[in-house]
Amino acid sequence: MVYLTRKAEFSASHVYHNPEFTPEKNCRVFGKCNNPHGHGHNYTLEVTVKGEVDPHSGFVVDLKQLKEVMHREVLDAMDHRFLNKEVPEFLHRIPTTENIAIAIWQRLVSKLERAKLHRVRVYETPDLFVDFYGEA
Amino acid sequence: MSDAENQSTYGKCNNPYGHGHNYTVEVTVSGQVDEATGMVCNLVDLDGFIQREVLDRYDHQNLNTLKEFAGEVPTTENLCIQIYEIVHRGFRQAHLERVRIEETMLNSFEYAGEE
Repeated sequence: MVYLTRKAEFSASHVYHNPEFTPEKNCRVFGKCNNPHGHGHNYTLEVTVKGEVDPHSGFVVDLKQLKEVMHREVLDAMDHRFLNKEVPEFLHRIPTTENIAIAIWQRLVSKLERAKLHRVRVYETPDLFVDFYGEA
Repeated sequence: MSDAENQSTYGKCNNPYGHGHNYTVEVTVSGQVDEATGMVCNLVDLDGFIQREVLDRYDHQNLNTLKEFAGEVPTTENLCIQIYEIVHRGFRQAHLERVRIEETMLNSFEYAGEE
């Protein structure tokens, strides 16, 4: 089994806010991330797929196809967007990096040809990332 | 494959004059820490092995001209598997966990042996 990882970057803004919390609780739980005007990140996305090497092509997956799927399903929807208002998954779910990784997994998992989705990793900053491997 | 199939499968990578990469290879080994040395294995030994058996073999070469790729396309997947097998067969001082190769800043490949 060979694992192939493709990286991409996107920039997006978000607010961490739970409308069921009081303003004080939102401030206490989310701190600066509760700024109602939002704040942004340059996210780095790593999509890892796995599969056997095709003996004819030498590929696990056609990288061009993987790149197109990532653009169509993820980057076109999220890049340069305000996640809370412009991405359907986040109209009623807080766009934490955890939830972003899960949403990206759900967008990609059924769209791959040949290879199987193994992991979605989203870096919020160079020091902080989330891995999602699908439900156990 | 026909010329048309080669072109549609490999795109720019099918340029008959070839193209190059700066590959980065990561070799991950594991083991217990030796009480006397404090090391899993002596990095001098690992570095020496990789230099002799991997880098001297592949560095600054046209991979398609090497006997190692006489029967298969030198995709980074296949290169990763070859390097894994070289280290797995020849380096005994620690357990080989995986070989990872960065082909470009955006593409990387990993092989940890048969699952």
